[in-house]
Amino acid sequence: MPKQPRPESVYFFGTCLIDLFYPEAGLAGMELLKREGLKVVFPPEQTCCGQPARNNGYQDEARAVARLQLDAFPGDRPIVVPSGSCAGMMKTHYPEMFEGTPDHARAVAFSQRVFELTEFLVDVLGVTLVDKGQPVTITWHPSCHSQREAGVVEQPKALLRQLSNVTLVENPREKECCGFGGAFAVRQAEISAAMVADKVASIEETGATSVVSGDCGCLMNITGAAEKSKKGFKGRHIAEFILERCHGR
Amino acid sequence: MVADAHKMEFGAKAHVALNDPKLRANFRRAMDGLMTKRAAQFADTGEWTSLRARGAAIRANALAKLPELLEQLEANCLRNGIHVHWAETTAEANAIVLGILEAAGARTVIKGKSMVTEEMHLNAHLEKNGITPVESDLGEYIIQLAGEAPSHIVMPCIHKNKGEIAELFHDKIEGQPYTENVDELTAAARKALRGAFAGADAGISGVNFAVAETGTLVLIENEGNGRLSTTLPPLHIAVTGIEKVLEKLDDVPPLLSLLPRSATGQPITTYVNMISSPRKDGEKDGPKAVHLVLLDNGRSRVHGDTELRDTLRCIRCAACMNHCPVYTRVGGHTYTFTYPGPIGKLLTPQLEGIDCAGDQPHASTLCRACADVCPVQIPIPDLLVRLRTESVRPAAPGAVKGAGSMASSSETMGWKGWTLLYGSPLIYRIGTKMLGWFGNLMPSSAPMLKQWTSVRTKPKFAPKSLHELAREKGFCDE
Repeated sequence: MPKQPRPESVYFFGTCLIDLFYPEAGLAGMELLKREGLKVVFPPEQTCCGQPARNNGYQDEARAVARLQLDAFPGDRPIVVPSGSCAGMMKTHYPEMFEGTPDHARAVAFSQRVFELTEFLVDVLGVTLVDKGQPVTITWHPSCHSQREAGVVEQPKALLRQLSNVTLVENPREKECCGFGGAFAVRQAEISAAMVADKVASIEETGATSVVSGDCGCLMNITGAAEKSKKGFKGRHIAEFILERCHGR
Repeated sequence: MVADAHKMEFGAKAHVALNDPKLRANFRRAMDGLMTKRAAQFADTGEWTSLRARGAAIRANALAKLPELLEQLEANCLRNGIHVHWAETTAEANAIVLGILEAAGARTVIKGKSMVTEEMHLNAHLEKNGITPVESDLGEYIIQLAGEAPSHIVMPCIHKNKGEIAELFHDKIEGQPYTENVDELTAAARKALRGAFAGADAGISGVNFAVAETGTLVLIENEGNGRLSTTLPPLHIAVTGIEKVLEKLDDVPPLLSLLPRSATGQPITTYVNMISSPRKDGEKDGPKAVHLVLLDNGRSRVHGDTELRDTLRCIRCAACMNHCPVYTRVGGHTYTFTYPGPIGKLLTPQLEGIDCAGDQPHASTLCRACADVCPVQIPIPDLLVRLRTESVRPAAPGAVKGAGSMASSSETMGWKGWTLLYGSPLIYRIGTKMLGWFGNLMPSSAPMLKQWTSVRTKPKFAPKSLHELAREKGFCDE
């Protein structure tokens, strides 16, 4: 059941990883919203949520970039984000980052307008999906920040379960971190490698042919490791996956 | 000195641990079991939510009033006949303990499990001065035989499997045949320890909670060794960090419910010991003298920072390490210092200095699994970010020891460049176009990319960015 009033238009925040590496996922996210009859606005001034700098301890730098996003998304529209990680950053950390600055009030207001994409599709729009695709077996990978920072747990699975020809198999180690962690993958390369190897193995054990996720950071890590070790599954962003199913591809 | 010797060894030790399949299997198996047992204990999310909120409030309250509560604790302990000693450093604490033992003419000591005495390296100090400490907790006994430090704060020898312990007992305990039968191994340890309990001149223990209101020392355990160590010998010395104080007796039950359930997935521990005085006239057992040593070792500095103070809420349940994907892969010895896992990454750099352990806060993906299970709601990932910030903040004044020591001009320049790129729509548009062109030409062996591509394929920049596609599809128009 939708928990929020349905708006006429939304902003879309593309994320820096999607912008440069997975633009199709972002485009799919916007198409899904447009299909629901919404006007989707992609402000061209947007860049990055600022999380990389914040997590590495560079708070002034993170604030400078975050402030640009506050400027880029004026007005009252909801801000839909196809990433639990960036949504978590904007929801939970923007208010505290700007505490004691003149931008605090608008950072708080901004954070309250942020929705992770699947959260918005389920909780606000209450979408109904019609699956036109061939039968397929997939597994779900939740990003740590979507589960534990953005608080998005059930919504993506609720969407995937609407797809009649999709078999969703549970990964018993689903909740465990894939080892991406931004700079962690480079700073602690060996530990990260061990973590992603375990994640790849756990996905392979499910027998799924695709792993679907709402975060491209995790996908870049997991599919990169799966390709390198020649494992037989693919990775898909949930927006792209759902849109393809709805188009029957 | 100890800190200098261990400086920044995390990465090197992680390399060794990751290449030890037996160690990795031992940890993985053990932690999987602990996670399952804990989850069963807190199946009722409503109860978990309200109980942990209460636990967090009790600890936060105690820390908010720490100076007064410590004074009250001291006054009530003295009234109860417990001697109280204050130690600012571990060296002072070691000297105090040794002084008490020497004054009593003690030669042998039986010890209950205590992480703070590990932090002090008390056993080594006592041995150097001719006093023999014997660890009586089974796990601690095993690692003492092996000459190792604990790899976990609740289960100190979790890194060893049955076969390794069988071998160790066969080697170190006289007349002990090789057996992997757990009951027989336990019986062997029990037999060896029995004499140590009976013959000890003094008992040393840690403290789980020290209650200011009543001057009571609360100790929980499963084996009965803690009770024996604190009642059988004529002298008992309890050692604790100053943060373990609680305001009142009513604060104890919620924490006694949270701690064992979070730690080992047990509903309660077998023993709860509440020590409020030495043996009184007419009583049949208990030590004739009880001493309490309160150790600071940097804790008041941590307490002085109202944000980082939350670190001191810790009740040493180890749930954070049991659920940490990094700890699970590398084990406790990788962390080098006494406290491993997420809480160690937070506590160690604050106690020992960022210049000694500044790499530890970076050994985390900030996945928040630790924060999810912490029974007293320590925001570990947020405080790790705070320490990362302290570590690079130029010449940072303030509470954190060694702050600013990890600042590097090349890294700072890198982030200035990042801010330039992402801080201006125009530069972002031009810059990312160029990144896309040149990025795909970069060899996999380029710096930083090399670590990534060691186990992954190289990420490919898309031919057209989302910014370009969105413009083409008309999404950029208001």
